[in-house]
Amino acid sequence: MSKGNVSKISYEDLRVNFEEVHPGLTNQDAIEESNRCLYCYDAPCIQACPTGIDIPAFIKKIASGNLKGSAKTIMTANPIGASCSRVCPTEELCEGACVLNHSTKPIMIGNLQRYATDWAIKNEQVLFQAGEKNGKTVAIVGGGPAGLSAARELALLGYDVTIFEAEEKAGGLNTYGIVSFRLPQNISFWEVKQVESLDVKIRTNTRVGVDISVEEIMDQHDIVILAVGMSKVPGLGIDGEELDGVYDAIEFVKATKTKPIDNQFLGKKVVVIGAGNTAIDGATCSVRLGAENVKILYRRTVDEMTAYDFEYEFAKQDGVEFRWLTAPVRIIGDENGKVKAIECVKMVLGEPGEDGRRRPVPLEGSEFILEVDAVVKAIGQSRYVGLLEAFGLEHQGGVVKIDPDTYQTSNQKVFACGDVIFGKGQGEAMVVSAAQQGKDTAFAVHQLLSKPVQETA
Amino acid sequence: MADLRINLAGIQSPNPFWLASAPPTNSGYQVQRAFEAGWGGAVWKTLGDPILNVSSRFAAVSFNGQKVAGFNNIELITDRPLEVNLKEIYETKKKFPNHAIIASLMVEPKQEKWHEIVKRVEDVGVDGLELNFGCPHGMAERGMGAASGQVPELVQKQTYWVKEVAKTPVIVKLTPNITDITVTAEAAVEGGADAISMINTINSLAAVDIDTWDTVPHVGGKGAHGGYCGPAVKPIALHMVGECARNPRINVPISGIGGISNWQNAVEFMLMGATGVQVCTAAMHHGFRIVEDMIEGLNNYLDEKGIASVSELVGKSVQKYSDWGDLDLNYKIVARINNDTCINCNKCHIACEDTSHQCIDMLKDESGKGYLKVREEDCVGCNLCSIVCPVDGAIDMVEVKSGLPPMTWNERQAALGILACGVDPVTK
Repeated sequence: MSKGNVSKISYEDLRVNFEEVHPGLTNQDAIEESNRCLYCYDAPCIQACPTGIDIPAFIKKIASGNLKGSAKTIMTANPIGASCSRVCPTEELCEGACVLNHSTKPIMIGNLQRYATDWAIKNEQVLFQAGEKNGKTVAIVGGGPAGLSAARELALLGYDVTIFEAEEKAGGLNTYGIVSFRLPQNISFWEVKQVESLDVKIRTNTRVGVDISVEEIMDQHDIVILAVGMSKVPGLGIDGEELDGVYDAIEFVKATKTKPIDNQFLGKKVVVIGAGNTAIDGATCSVRLGAENVKILYRRTVDEMTAYDFEYEFAKQDGVEFRWLTAPVRIIGDENGKVKAIECVKMVLGEPGEDGRRRPVPLEGSEFILEVDAVVKAIGQSRYVGLLEAFGLEHQGGVVKIDPDTYQTSNQKVFACGDVIFGKGQGEAMVVSAAQQGKDTAFAVHQLLSKPVQETA
Repeated sequence: MADLRINLAGIQSPNPFWLASAPPTNSGYQVQRAFEAGWGGAVWKTLGDPILNVSSRFAAVSFNGQKVAGFNNIELITDRPLEVNLKEIYETKKKFPNHAIIASLMVEPKQEKWHEIVKRVEDVGVDGLELNFGCPHGMAERGMGAASGQVPELVQKQTYWVKEVAKTPVIVKLTPNITDITVTAEAAVEGGADAISMINTINSLAAVDIDTWDTVPHVGGKGAHGGYCGPAVKPIALHMVGECARNPRINVPISGIGGISNWQNAVEFMLMGATGVQVCTAAMHHGFRIVEDMIEGLNNYLDEKGIASVSELVGKSVQKYSDWGDLDLNYKIVARINNDTCINCNKCHIACEDTSHQCIDMLKDESGKGYLKVREEDCVGCNLCSIVCPVDGAIDMVEVKSGLPPMTWNERQAALGILACGVDPVTK
């Protein structure tokens, strides 16, 4: 058994482990907490929210019993506000800005946001109506947070919007990439449904460049918004990566959300390579799949780790062990081609690299072998470089170049938002930032298309 | 330990906390439990000819999630036979000889009715009588309670009839459902009352259910007005106590009633002229045990102030309570914001900007950090900002010298009158 998690992990029925961890506020909790909100004027929590939700207003509406209005206030500013209530690093955003940090304790804004949106989900509310059609068409490639957000805003403005989604369902990261026990799929599906209810067409199982050509999309729409996010976890570049039992963390998490939970990891030893939020997800999923021991191997230290603090705490509570300054050297298989061990090397931090972080350097002679049954790779995500090039867009290592004011790419007709523009010092990785970028992109598109035509002599 | 004993028109009690005549004092069992918990006295639920009650009876007003900010009832006087009540009063008094038991009485406005009931309750050993001229619902429709309490002549006459036979002190309980309570208070005094108590409940309808459209409370879909009490009525009660206390023609002790929920409220009522207080809603909300804190808190307060006896508090604020025309027009205070304590919720700004005198500016310092500042020359000292401020000590209301001698409106008018008289045609 992994230490520390014995009491809350079920080994009899693993499915239970994937139910949402936090039960949400009770009615009484919500009334009391919403009444505690000061209803600040020009509130700092609004400034701290990337989507600018009028937080005091939605909380006041919970207090008054106007839950539909509360949900609408949230979803107006953030088309994926139900998901964000669960996955936002609130202590770094709204709750971190709450003025009550200076007197008592901050309002549980995330939980209240979840309470209001849960009400809307449970009561099957449709909060918005499509705008009057303006005859213009927009294709959105990718139905994740940024794409859905752009689609919602454009549909409200009257655009004819089609989302091209490679997967079976829309929602992107929220549907497939964030662990169920933090964000159940039905939340993401409700948000997708809200967008669909505005006459947005979502063509699922449609991979652009495979199932439909780039040219066709470009020809058939006035504007194309690229919101494809990021791709698979890249290779580690070490021996044994092809072995049975080596997983891509993104795919690994996705399987827990799309396939029946089985017992294949019960009692197994798992290592996760990397220490970002996806690594934490891979590790906590492993624990919940019944793994006996789960270790995160990271070549730097806790100080360089990119996972949020609350994710780190969550993993520790799940009994995940952390091996800092440890890098994989090779993965060792048995005679059947299955993973049986991983060779690692201890690292030391050397001089700062390009990104300002101290570069890890292997400590010669410190190699050691860990017996493991599975290796989960979580060292970042690769890019859809091929697709960007098919669109003929300028990019830097798969990060699309945009005009930061308009989200317009090197092709005037193509805009880009979300993780596809994140990286190389550009953009933000948070789901909530993708939502705001989607909104901003929609407004930029609208500004471009509603501009009076200027004739040139 | 201060001396908490009081003597209200000859009625002695170990402390100033009495239970008001209401559901908590319906039976011997309840009053004995109350005395065990520490209550100094109890005004027994009003005796009279037994009545019939309805169901439901109570409703309360919540505010921002706080339960029982105000309380409303349509229950009538005792629905138990007089003999049963008298027997229980006798037993309770025997068990608790040092606690005050006052019988609340209500009968038809007839001399013989009053004579009869006074004799019967005094026979079982009550320490005093309280005439219920205040119950605003039900009984009033039958010419009793507030119906007689709203007519000064009836108050005077019935008090007189009671005094004809009473051997124990007589308290007259007044209704607030009248324009000027000092009129009926004076009538009571003229009728011979030894003390007055106030306020009874205020005519009220607690709420309307916005789903069923029924009144709250309702009796099978139909409602009737009730009597309002609890914390929400305290300011109204305090005003009425103060008006009676400062009226020289109302020279009898006052038993203060109305939203008293803790020892601090009791101190306020006593400072404003009450000799003792009566409590109901707070006990109905939390049980009799709340008196423990009331007694201890009062004791600690008196000790900290170096006051030997609670009676020394009585009326100490009365001379500070006056008419608007006696207020100094040249006294000036302004708001000052303590930016170290302020948490920047900006509630003071928006309250002032939208609803008062537009004198709190939202500014930024060199580092871009927001702060609030009062333009003192435009501040009228209204207190609104400090009222809405959620943080203790963030806004002080401070006096600024106007440089002018004190001048009240009345003094000003008098001075203008003298000036005007100089050219008055009559004097020509």
